[in-house]
Amino acid sequence: MQNTTYKEARRLRIKRMVFWFKNSLPGIISVLGVIVIWELSVRIFDIKEYILPSPSASVMAIITYWNAIRSNLLTTLYEIGLGFGVTVLISIPIATMISYSKIFQKTLYPFMVFVQLIPKVAIAPLFVIWFGFGVMPKILMVFLLSFFPLLMDAVAGLQSLNPRLYSMARTMNDSEWKFYWKIKLPNALPHIFSGLKTSISMATVGAVVAEFLGADSGLGYLLLRANGDINTKLLFAILVVLCLMGMVFFMIMGFIEKKVIPWHVSQRKNLKDDGTKKSDFRATA
Amino acid sequence: MLEFINVGMNYKTLSGYTEALKDISFCVQDGEIVTILGPSGCGKSTFLFIGTGLTQCTSGEVLLNGEAIIEPYKEVGFVFQDHLLLEWRTVLENIMIQGEFRNMDLELTREKALSLIKQVGLSGFENKYPWELSGGMQQRVSICRALVHEPDMLMMDEPFGALDALTREQMRVDLEKMWIQKRNTIVFVTHDIVEAILLADKVVVLTPRPGRVKEVINIDLPRPRNMTVKESKEFMGYRKHITELFMDMGILHDE
Repeated sequence: MQNTTYKEARRLRIKRMVFWFKNSLPGIISVLGVIVIWELSVRIFDIKEYILPSPSASVMAIITYWNAIRSNLLTTLYEIGLGFGVTVLISIPIATMISYSKIFQKTLYPFMVFVQLIPKVAIAPLFVIWFGFGVMPKILMVFLLSFFPLLMDAVAGLQSLNPRLYSMARTMNDSEWKFYWKIKLPNALPHIFSGLKTSISMATVGAVVAEFLGADSGLGYLLLRANGDINTKLLFAILVVLCLMGMVFFMIMGFIEKKVIPWHVSQRKNLKDDGTKKSDFRATA
Repeated sequence: MLEFINVGMNYKTLSGYTEALKDISFCVQDGEIVTILGPSGCGKSTFLFIGTGLTQCTSGEVLLNGEAIIEPYKEVGFVFQDHLLLEWRTVLENIMIQGEFRNMDLELTREKALSLIKQVGLSGFENKYPWELSGGMQQRVSICRALVHEPDMLMMDEPFGALDALTREQMRVDLEKMWIQKRNTIVFVTHDIVEAILLADKVVVLTPRPGRVKEVINIDLPRPRNMTVKESKEFMGYRKHITELFMDMGILHDE
C-alpha cells in the first residue's frame, strides 16, 4: 500500500519535471541558439578577442580570473545586501505610514517622487565627494535606486483593501495593531513581493554604478579596470557573473514568495498547467 | 433588545446630502429573527451598520438593552454579503481569526470552530483555502466565523444574495435549524420576499430611498418551516400581502 503511494508520488514528480521541461523548452532553445550563433560567428569571421570574445572564452575567463572575481563579487554582494536591507527596513514602514495618514501621503509623496526624478547616476560623483571611496556611497546608491519601486508597490498593496474587512475587524476588536498585522499586511504581501523583485534588480544596478564612480573593489570596479586594460574577455566574464547574480537574486525572491504566499492567485497551480489533478480542486455544494 | 427610534441617515455626496433612511422605528426582541425587506439601494445594509455601532445615524437613536450605542459593540457576529474570507487563511484559520482578535482561549475556539464546521457540513474541508470552495461553502464558513464566539446577536447582510436558488434554499433551512437550537437574535437583510417570510418572526418592509418603514408584519407560521409551510394558505397570504405592498410602492408592476 505504502509502496504504491510512494510510486504514485514519484510518478507525479517525474510528470511535473517533464512538464516543466516542456514548458521551458522554447526559452532554453532561444537562449542556446543565440549563444551558438555568437560562438560560430566569432570563429567563422575570426573576430579579435579584444573586440568580442566568444561565449566559451568568456566562460573560460571566469575560471582563469576566479580569484579576482570572487573577492570583488563578495564586496558587491555585501553592498547590495546592506543597501537592500536598508531599503526593506525603511520602505515598508514608510508605506505603512502613508497608507494610514493622508497628511503623510501629502507631505512624503511629492518628496519621494522628486527624489525619484533626480537622475541618480548623475549625482553619484557627488557621493564620492561626500562619503569618499568606502562602502557608504555604495549603500546609499543601492538604497536610492531600489527604494522607490518597493515603496510604490507596498503602498499600493496596503491601500488595496476591501473596506468591509475593516468593518469586520471592528466588530471583533478595536486594536489597530491586530488589524494591521493579521489582515492589512498579509493582504499587501503579493504587491510587496512584486516590489521586492523589481527592487532587487535595481539594487544590483545601483551597486555597480556606484563602484564605477569611485571604488577600490567590487565587480563594477573590476569591470572598469578590465575595460581599461582592454581585457574584453574578463569584461565579458564579469558581465556573465553579474547576470547570474541577478538571476539568483530573482530566484531567491521567487522562492521566498512561494513559501510565504502559496495562497495567492499567482502561485496557485491548476489542472491545466501542471498536468496533475492534485491542486486545483473545487468542490460543489 | 435592540430598538431603533426615529432613526435617520444622511450621506454627504458630491451633489449635496442624500437621505438614505428616514424616521425608522421598530424593535428587535431577544431571540427573535427579524428580516428587513426592501428594494435594492434603500439603505438596508446601512441599517446593520447603524445597529452594531459601526456607523452613527444622523438623527434619532439606537438603543441596545436600553442604552445608546455610541461605538461598535462586540457581542455580535456579522455576516457580509461578500463572504470576506481571508484568502491566505484556511477554512479553520478563517474561523479562528474571531478568537485571535478577541483574545479568546485558542484551544477552545478551535474545538468550537471544528464542531461548527461539522454542523454546517464542511468536515474534511478544514484545511482548504477559500478559493478551493464553492460560493455556498464560502458563505457557510463566513457564518461559522460569525458564530464561533457565540454572540447574542447575528447581523446578516444579504448573506445568501450571491448564491444560486437551490443552495439558497438549503442555507435557509440550515440557518433555521441552527437558530432553533441556539435561539440567538438574528437581524437578516434581504430583498427576497419568500426568504424574508420563511425566516422571520417579524418582517420589516422598507420603502425605496429614502428608506422608511412601510409596514412591520408579524409572521405566525410553525417552525421548522418546511415545504408544507410554503404551500400553506397562511404563507400565501403573507406573500400576497407583501407583493401588494411592493406593487403599491411602484416597485413591482404587471406591465
